[in-house]
Amino acid sequence: MINIHEVIETNNMIEHDNLDVRTITIGISLLDCAASTVKETCDRITEKILRIAGNLVKTGEDISKEYGIPIVNKRISITPIALVGASCCKTPADYVEIAKTLDAVAEKVGVNFLGGYSAVVSKGLTESDKLLIASIPEALACTNRICSSVNIGSTKTGINMDAVRLMGETIKETARMTAERDSLGCAKLVVLCNAPDDNPFMAGAFHGVTEADAIINVGVSGPGVVKCALEKVRGESFEVLCETIKKTAFKITRVGQLVAQEASRRLGIPFGIIDLSLAPTPAIGDSVADILCEIGLEKAGAPGTTAALALLNDQVKKGGVMASSYVGGLSGAFIPVSEDQGMIDAAECGALTIEKLEAMTCVCSVGLDMIAIPGSTPASTISGIIADEAAIGMINQKTTAVRIIPVEGKDVGDTVEFGGLLGYAPVMPVNQYSCEAFISRQGRIPAPIHSFKN
Amino acid sequence: MNRTIITVVGKDTVGIIAKVCTYMADHQINILDISQTIIQGFFNMMMIIDTSKMTVDYATMTDEITKLGESTGVQIKCQKEEIFDKMHRI
Repeated sequence: MINIHEVIETNNMIEHDNLDVRTITIGISLLDCAASTVKETCDRITEKILRIAGNLVKTGEDISKEYGIPIVNKRISITPIALVGASCCKTPADYVEIAKTLDAVAEKVGVNFLGGYSAVVSKGLTESDKLLIASIPEALACTNRICSSVNIGSTKTGINMDAVRLMGETIKETARMTAERDSLGCAKLVVLCNAPDDNPFMAGAFHGVTEADAIINVGVSGPGVVKCALEKVRGESFEVLCETIKKTAFKITRVGQLVAQEASRRLGIPFGIIDLSLAPTPAIGDSVADILCEIGLEKAGAPGTTAALALLNDQVKKGGVMASSYVGGLSGAFIPVSEDQGMIDAAECGALTIEKLEAMTCVCSVGLDMIAIPGSTPASTISGIIADEAAIGMINQKTTAVRIIPVEGKDVGDTVEFGGLLGYAPVMPVNQYSCEAFISRQGRIPAPIHSFKN
Repeated sequence: MNRTIITVVGKDTVGIIAKVCTYMADHQINILDISQTIIQGFFNMMMIIDTSKMTVDYATMTDEITKLGESTGVQIKCQKEEIFDKMHRI
């Protein structure tokens, strides 16, 4: 039987170390909502989302209350809209109509984000994909809860450089259209390579075509718990360090597994995966950078950061995999700058640069995340940054992403406030040399060879 | 059996356990185990209860128990046992 010390340990994690379940995300296939007119498509989408996810928020709150574990977000991911709208959308404005419908239904259900205003264009762009991408700036400017993502490459297909060029321009336009809100639209837009079909975390969540009609995916969190556990093993060997991270990751993930199973049972929707990612928030003590410091770095970004992060990421996976029957999504450690107080501090004092962040993305989940850059950065430079990240993902067979905010009217030294979970960020300097001629080339980068690994 | 863990944390005062136990008895909740300890001067009590014959619904019981704690100046939490089982048992 459970003893009092185990109960106290769990409750300390929840009350003092910010242990929570970060999100319950319902993935919903909207493929059967495609119709010949925009209006009919929108009606079908509304009906289906309300029918399947209508009880999501209430169920999440019930589970949270019964187990005494906060469930921070309830969200929805949907089939990439470029597929759903292909038959009825003839202009970008048609897609914006769908975005508004999705925003309204998200508000009605009570979820804070709905992801899947997306296109998967890793090898080529259909007319529908082009229209959807053209609609992204306006769609993000006139909605509050919609998240958009575009997958521009994969290990199997190579990198679609035409899409990379297009996304550089799209990010710039999105920044311009939401200029009065510190270019907030870009915080809801992510460009991915090797995007997983079952990611529960925003902004990159969408419900892939390989998935069932509806599925429950859960994202756990708890950087604070890992940090707190590591405080007790200061100065110990790597073996002890790794064991401690593994055990903690196991415990955190088990809570996620319990919540996922309960949510699945109560909503009558199959359980998909648990995403093991350590996802920071701007709250003090809920920081991945603080874990890196606890491992032994003065600041995140110092020499040794990539190795420490690689170790952390791997141990989180090793501990978490045993705790859950199905692990998926991104799984590892997230390193968003604006959402992590330790990262913000490191960027502000100059310890952390975009180049170091790029190196860090080689060994952890996702990529350059929530980074504010000067509004004057050219579109081609943003495309260059996207291409670099995509290349890391393509060659290393991992997911990488870019969520970067060229803040209109701001420059290095300024600070940008996004508010809430999105946090705030110092504007970071970007390499000034041009890659215009590289980005102007047409076509795609071929898929890499899978032998002769070096 | 539907097991739930009640935890009481706060300054030790007369009658905490009595109040919680009275509530349990009034609502047909069986107490299976009680243990307590003092950590850094704070009174920590854990009670394992069986709610299968409970005469109120779970959410009401949680709210009422929490309020009972607030009126006594201690923090009372009510959590289903699985969360601890899952975390601490393989």
